[in-house]
Amino acid sequence: MSEHIISLEGVTVAFDGETILDHISLEIQDGEFITLLGPSGCGKTTTLRILGGFVEPMSGRVYFDGQCINTVPPHKRQVSTIFQRYALFPHLNVYENIAFGLRVRKVPEAELCDRVEEALALVNLRGFEKRKIAALSGGQQQRVAIARAVVTRPKVLLLDEPLAALDLKLRKDMQVELKNIQQSLGITFVFVTHDQEEALSMSDRVVVMDGGKIQQIGTPQDIYNEPQNAFVADFIGESNILDGVMIHDGLCRFAGKECLCVDGGFGENTPVDVVIRPEDIQVVAPAEGMLSGLVTGSTFKGVHYEVIVDIDGFKWMIQTTACIREGDEIGLKFGPEDIHIMAKSEYSGMFGDYSSFSDEMDYIDDPAFNLSEEDELTEGGEDRVD
Amino acid sequence: MTKRKGFMQRLLAAPYLVWAALFIIVPLIMVIYYAFTDKNGAFTFDNFSQIAAFTHTFTLSIWLGAVATVICLVIAYPLAYIMSRMKPRHQRFAMMLVMLPMWINLILRTYALMNIVADTGIINTMLSFVGLPPVHMINTQGAVVAGMVYNFIPYMIMPIYNVMTRIDPPVLEASRDLGGNFFQTFRRVIFPLSLPGIVSGITMVFVPSVSTFYISTKLGGTMALVGDIIEFTFIGETNYNVGASMSLILMAMILLCMLVMNRFTDGDEEGLIV
Repeated sequence: MSEHIISLEGVTVAFDGETILDHISLEIQDGEFITLLGPSGCGKTTTLRILGGFVEPMSGRVYFDGQCINTVPPHKRQVSTIFQRYALFPHLNVYENIAFGLRVRKVPEAELCDRVEEALALVNLRGFEKRKIAALSGGQQQRVAIARAVVTRPKVLLLDEPLAALDLKLRKDMQVELKNIQQSLGITFVFVTHDQEEALSMSDRVVVMDGGKIQQIGTPQDIYNEPQNAFVADFIGESNILDGVMIHDGLCRFAGKECLCVDGGFGENTPVDVVIRPEDIQVVAPAEGMLSGLVTGSTFKGVHYEVIVDIDGFKWMIQTTACIREGDEIGLKFGPEDIHIMAKSEYSGMFGDYSSFSDEMDYIDDPAFNLSEEDELTEGGEDRVD
Repeated sequence: MTKRKGFMQRLLAAPYLVWAALFIIVPLIMVIYYAFTDKNGAFTFDNFSQIAAFTHTFTLSIWLGAVATVICLVIAYPLAYIMSRMKPRHQRFAMMLVMLPMWINLILRTYALMNIVADTGIINTMLSFVGLPPVHMINTQGAVVAGMVYNFIPYMIMPIYNVMTRIDPPVLEASRDLGGNFFQTFRRVIFPLSLPGIVSGITMVFVPSVSTFYISTKLGGTMALVGDIIEFTFIGETNYNVGASMSLILMAMILLCMLVMNRFTDGDEEGLIV
């Protein structure tokens, strides 16, 4: 068996002339928990549907265990999917839902019964065999979906935003439980989500996607600490992203100041994007700070205050445990290791300032900007009848 | 609050309740009354013993109705499936094509069919045009069945199409994902989920087919079905008593068929249209 259970090579998908995936290449290792993370319309669900066999790439190749599976139909693939809204069979009870994959494989009755019970035990649903699907809570339906998918012993489990429909606390429990299930089964999980916290806390590796392209692949720590461009920095956690110039290795200039930093290799006098995370900034007296400005907003968040500071028209975000009030004059201080330098990209200048948190807020009073239209060319891209 | 709501609901239901009492319950009681009385209003079972002579008519009616229902199902099921998989715009157009004939009066439609299947009708004209011998179609059982299928098939397509469109596409994907090929997906998912629509469709085609009286006289020539006999006893002989008892027996037989059918849907609400 090759180390890579799945490889995508230059996979491109377009629906109605709209490019959904643009030359995606990705290698998934056997046994890893990998997450496809991105906003709606980024192509993450389409990527998952390619792996499941529901979308055929226009160009590029998909390999499973070294075999090209571009044209293999879903029912002949060794993968199982957990669908967004579970897609349980409404006419079958819990037992028969889970047994489905075994029945179509004509598994003998005795073995079938053992395996269904084993799957029920895995998701802690023993005793629910005869229940109707409609009589189950969202969390229970979720568990039936997991049991139904793993009972056929797939090599790879595909999960399409499986936790999106659950409430916050249950979602956190299920994050832990899914991770445990993955470890006890030892199979590969490909997880799709738009929730960055979910991605960071569950995954071995995260694939950040936007606009049909992979923006960055790495461990959760890599993705957070070393974002490759302004999109990743903005999407994962909070970031102040500033226009800067790399004077030479170890020295950069931004916000009108020259600062020491630890990054290098960008050449001399190269325009760059500078990222400083809100939690890395220390609040000091205005005179002691490297920068200073007027507080325009302060929100209590429990663990910390989220403070917005206006410095020469750029709104910085700072997270601090000190009580700061609107109208205060404060100084900002950070060390060389708190400054992260990124090469300029197509996303430069699109993010970084905290005048508003979301793109939608920037356009919300503009009737010409249609956000929902963007959403429509996303997931699957098929005409669905609802 | 709930009390008020209850009152409002009862108030809104009132027009229908009055309607049901006047035009369903009262006539039903009258039918039962006539069926068990003679011309002078005395209680009797005589009417029912006279019906024995029409056993053949009853069997023929149920037989032709059943054949028409089966043909409707065989045509409508795949059509409804294909329609439910089409793009929404095409679905609306296909639905309009199905409904279109129903905008035309049943009598006109039957006359049209007479002209198509007549000995010198459209089909035979076309056959002779290409040098083939004519086929005798009108005044046969086949023509009557064709008339039933032609007139009642939308009632089979619609309920099946409705349940098909309500099957969530991801459920079908889940079946394929779990290893089910097309036939397994059909047998284990699509068919069981469409069963309520099938039962509805069968009810809605079988009942009017068995009790039809116009289609059989126009397309069947001298053939008489139960509906024709009942019509004749009321209009021709003005023997309300025999007619009423025949209606009652027909009603009982249809009810029996429907009860058997409804067993298939586990008491699901959709099959209970009678």
